[in-house]
Amino acid sequence: MEAVFPRVLTAGEACWVVEFGDSIDMAVNARVQALRRKIESAPFPGFIETVPTYRSLAVCFNPMVSDGEKLKDALLETAQGLTAEAEAEGETVLIPVCYEGELAPDLPRVAEHTGLSEEEVVRRHTANDCYCYMLGFTPGFSYLGGMDPTLETPRLKEPREKIPAGSVGIAAKQTGIYPIDSPGGWNLIGRTPLTLFDPDRPVPIFLNAGMWVRFYPVGPEEFARIKEDAARPDWKPEMRRREADA
Amino acid sequence: MRFRVEKSGMLTTVQDLGRRGYQLQGVPVAGAMDACALRLGNLMLGNDEGAAALETTLLGPTLIVEEGSACCVVTGADSPIKKNNVPVEPWRVFRLNKGDTLALSAPKNGVRSYLCFSGGIDVPLVMGSRSTYTRGRFGGLEGRALKPGDCLTLGLPDPLWESSEGLECPSSLRPLRDPRTPLRVLLGPQDDAFTPEGIETFLTSEYVISSSADRMGYRMEGPVIAHKAGPDIVSDAVVLGTVQVPGHGQPIVMLADRQTTGGYTKLATVCTADIGVLAQRLPGQTVRFARISAVDAVKYLAEESRLCEEMRRLRAAWRVQGASSGGARAAQAQNSGALRVIVDGAAHNVTWERLE
Repeated sequence: MEAVFPRVLTAGEACWVVEFGDSIDMAVNARVQALRRKIESAPFPGFIETVPTYRSLAVCFNPMVSDGEKLKDALLETAQGLTAEAEAEGETVLIPVCYEGELAPDLPRVAEHTGLSEEEVVRRHTANDCYCYMLGFTPGFSYLGGMDPTLETPRLKEPREKIPAGSVGIAAKQTGIYPIDSPGGWNLIGRTPLTLFDPDRPVPIFLNAGMWVRFYPVGPEEFARIKEDAARPDWKPEMRRREADA
Repeated sequence: MRFRVEKSGMLTTVQDLGRRGYQLQGVPVAGAMDACALRLGNLMLGNDEGAAALETTLLGPTLIVEEGSACCVVTGADSPIKKNNVPVEPWRVFRLNKGDTLALSAPKNGVRSYLCFSGGIDVPLVMGSRSTYTRGRFGGLEGRALKPGDCLTLGLPDPLWESSEGLECPSSLRPLRDPRTPLRVLLGPQDDAFTPEGIETFLTSEYVISSSADRMGYRMEGPVIAHKAGPDIVSDAVVLGTVQVPGHGQPIVMLADRQTTGGYTKLATVCTADIGVLAQRLPGQTVRFARISAVDAVKYLAEESRLCEEMRRLRAAWRVQGASSGGARAAQAQNSGALRVIVDGAAHNVTWERLE
């Protein structure tokens, strides 16, 4: 039986899941973000929050304030009327990464596995924007898509017990940044001086689903300077409007 | 009031009703596992229903009041309570003064008790909530469970906080936490990933809560629930009460500290009103699941709110009664005073004196 998208699924009496597809696809995710923005810009009574994921948007609400059945109908109607307008939009967050020395313990392994030089791995990792489909797993962890496929490298056989916050890694087709110290088996090819998650900062997490991310290389001195700068309370990430043809 | 932790208990954390609005960035909600018990305790003290309290796990803490006074009530699991070595009733407001020792031991029934104080626990708001999320090491007291030597202070109490003393929550208003009742579920979102027999197995079998049961989720052991094709899906949202079924076919119910997203098929969702029921059960106890409609689930949730409204009304009545009888002692002793009253978010300092 083929599912017809969009469709609205039940996740308890206080949440609807609006599903736009069943695959990891930018056009599908663009609709997820479009619906999220639409709801956020004009929240309905009883609205609590949304959880955007690769291909669906969970809409959490208070069922004693908002009539669930009516809300379901309204969500479906809105979802059906969406275009993929969001795709053309978007901002790129620039993420500095030091790809050197002890901050990049697995860079030699990735170079060896891919048959590329270390310089070439870094060049390809910084050559294009990656799309942030969703956040999850830990606070501020972004699921990025669009890494150069030639950089694909399998996970480590023995996961590390503690990966420092800010580590940038590759696991199979994925690349990502660890927002907090956590265990994991990703190949660590560098580290960003930025703090992806700081619960005490006015904006604890600056990445959002639907944004683009661009890595750029910095040396150890630059790494230290940015780290100091990013600790200021009024620090803001460097953003760039995304070119239409990118 | 300020108190010091003498013994921390098994796992005692500061919790309120959770951190909402940040799940889209991967931040778990956390919050009280038995939310209704927390709400009722707070309402008995004249607090906001979502004020922060201490959530205990089986063995509770021992606290010593170092400064000031407050009213306190213990709700949730029926942990034996002792104030200065004398037993104190649960679900009944008592007063704590400087030098008092409060000790909670392990409950006969249930898992989590809520120690609620007038004014609530005053720890910094982190992303709009005081709830501790221990895995992320933020919220509550330094993002961790209490340990001996910790000191906590209370927030500003209701001006008439003293008048709550002696107020009892009638048993008719206490949420039912009968370990034999089935957990009521709504099917979905991925019930179509399971065979009809698989769904039948889930709804008719008995499952045992495994030893892997904590604030994040409860793993169950029992008859295997069959998938149609496989257990993996493209990751999507996990909500409070999500019943996810990985490849081994055993259900896992996701609770307060759950991750925001997950890649396993989700067969059903435990209705919100029954989350507290599960949160009060122990590993080794059995669980059954019963299918209900969304209309019924909302009805059960509304019933929980009715209990809270009724408690709010009882406290208001108790205050009035208190002023004309036993509780009038305090009023008689004083001919003037000062209060801080918050109306619609604005604070007002009010002074009063008795005119003969």
